Amino acid sequence: MKHMIHGKRVLSGSHFMLGNYAVVEGALAAGCDFFAGYPITPANEISERMAARMPEVGGRFVQGEDELFSIFALTGASLAGAKAMTATASAGFNYMQEGLGYAVAAEIPLVVVNVQRCRGENYATQADVMQMRWGASGDHEMIVLAPASVQELFDHTVKAFNLAERYRTPVIVMSETTIALMRENLTIPRANDIDVVHRVTPSVPREEFLPFAAPMDGTPPFAALGAGYRVLHSLNPHDERGSIAWDPDVYETMYERILGKIARNRDDIVETESVLLEDAEIVVVAYGSTSRPCLEAVYRARENGMRAGLLRLITVWPVPDREIAAVAENASAMLSVEMNVGKYSGEVERCVAGRCPVKRVAKNRGEIHTAEEVLTAIAEVSR
Amino acid sequence: MSTDLVRTYLRDRSLPHFFCPGCGAAQVLNYFVRAADNIGLDFDRLVAIGGVGCTARIPVYLDADALHGVHGRTLAWATGMKLHDPELKVVIFAGDGDVAAIGGNHLIHAARRNLDVVMIVVNNLNFGMTGGQVAPTTPGEVKTMTTPYGNVEPPFDICKLAETAGATRVSRWSTATARQGIRALEKALCHKGFSLVEFVAQCPTNFGRRALRSGDPIESVRWIEENSVVRSKRDGADVPLEEALFVLGDFVDGSRPVFQGSSLLNDERSSA
Repeated sequence: MKHMIHGKRVLSGSHFMLGNYAVVEGALAAGCDFFAGYPITPANEISERMAARMPEVGGRFVQGEDELFSIFALTGASLAGAKAMTATASAGFNYMQEGLGYAVAAEIPLVVVNVQRCRGENYATQADVMQMRWGASGDHEMIVLAPASVQELFDHTVKAFNLAERYRTPVIVMSETTIALMRENLTIPRANDIDVVHRVTPSVPREEFLPFAAPMDGTPPFAALGAGYRVLHSLNPHDERGSIAWDPDVYETMYERILGKIARNRDDIVETESVLLEDAEIVVVAYGSTSRPCLEAVYRARENGMRAGLLRLITVWPVPDREIAAVAENASAMLSVEMNVGKYSGEVERCVAGRCPVKRVAKNRGEIHTAEEVLTAIAEVSR
Repeated sequence: MSTDLVRTYLRDRSLPHFFCPGCGAAQVLNYFVRAADNIGLDFDRLVAIGGVGCTARIPVYLDADALHGVHGRTLAWATGMKLHDPELKVVIFAGDGDVAAIGGNHLIHAARRNLDVVMIVVNNLNFGMTGGQVAPTTPGEVKTMTTPYGNVEPPFDICKLAETAGATRVSRWSTATARQGIRALEKALCHKGFSLVEFVAQCPTNFGRRALRSGDPIESVRWIEENSVVRSKRDGADVPLEEALFVLGDFVDGSRPVFQGSSLLNDERSSA
């Protein structure tokens, strides 16, 4: 459905922009035309800018009665063919688990931005890193991206939409108070230079269409509501035709494919950044805004003669397991730095699997690590 | 339902259905198909939505695009799709638990916004699928699986709730009033705005056996009939109907601008 268009969708050019606003512009550049949200700090600027921008570009904005509304309005809009997004912060993200579970099972593309905050307060944290992966009940894979700057809030929101469309699955942008409420330089490319993916639609008539049939690593074509394909979209176990009926074989096969389409395409999904890793003995592993003081600490360690390097996780889920294992192979020690009580470190240790010692550098004080703190930790393991 | 109606409107290979013998939800499926047939509803542009519960299974049998399987979130789904594609005909089938308990908040706000959808409520006065627990619609003193000494909570009047919240078309009939019910469904399907049609319905398996001490569907329907009063236009609003458990009738038929989103440019706002 095309509504009236009054304004520019892609604001190409150089900006000095708030992180939350960069998310909105990234969404628009990716083709987002539906947004639902419920007020919560520190995500409000996303809703506020969406309320202004959506009507300009022919999209729809709705402020719902709660976060359950937000996530299910997204699934409804997406099934009708929209590119849909919501934004919330930790407490609000709790309410969305049911909708994420439905979106996984019914294979509905959508994007959720979770601006993490401390429980009950708006201070900085990465405390939801496990919830974003495991919050929904039942079986699922989850794609979670961890931007570390205002530019990446833009870039990763575009990427989140593209992954959601390609794999017909929810994708989470793991934002943080730190970057969401920060202003930085942002360059928005020309519209033609932005890679935008659209979900594949059926190429066969209704009689031949099996709405949930795909290879075990594949994503079925998507028929929008009202397109005449008359598809049943159920959370319940369903076969290739979409029929619901309990059958252990159907159940097993359904989830093997839904999990497999993410797990078996992890090379297309997983992204990391390596800094000075070629000869690194001490490897710092970090994600999100925490990687910024880590980067400074690594450079300063080099200045002090310590061979440190940084493995920055751009995709936190699926876990970049092979990438972590590969750098651990030649490392004498690894530091797992995160702004919480130390959660993802368990994943890092699992991937390292004893190849080298892993030191947890967790900070759970509502504030980001300083470079000095990370540098001190590097010095400790380099002795 | 005639074989022709079944073949035309029900999903291929979806039968036999899962409803208990004598179930009121299955009757409402029958009424809906007849109403849809009478007005020539285009099933290619129909989205039938069910949440969780016995009533929520109705869309599974309709040969249309359908959503199913999440408790109480039907109107949130509906809002998303109607905002993106306002030409879709969206019909929600909800039990009393789905709409008045877990989904109550969404009902209030969808009615307030005058979302252009049809909400069909099958009110069987209890949680049927889960084995007969008390619902927000269960009458006082009734025994259910979770009110073994009799229900002490007052019940919700779903129609009054919808009317107060701003629904622009509201009716209540029962499975014992097929003609009026089908006619109300036809009107609701042709209405622009939020319309709610409630059917007081029998659940012989769970409500009947425990509350009425009989699992016989006919006895359940007779009990509904005996406890119903039709509010005719002649009665007006002032006629005291409190003594009846179920007041039936077409209560609201109005018109307001339908919901298009929370933020609209001036030239996108419609007057009606």
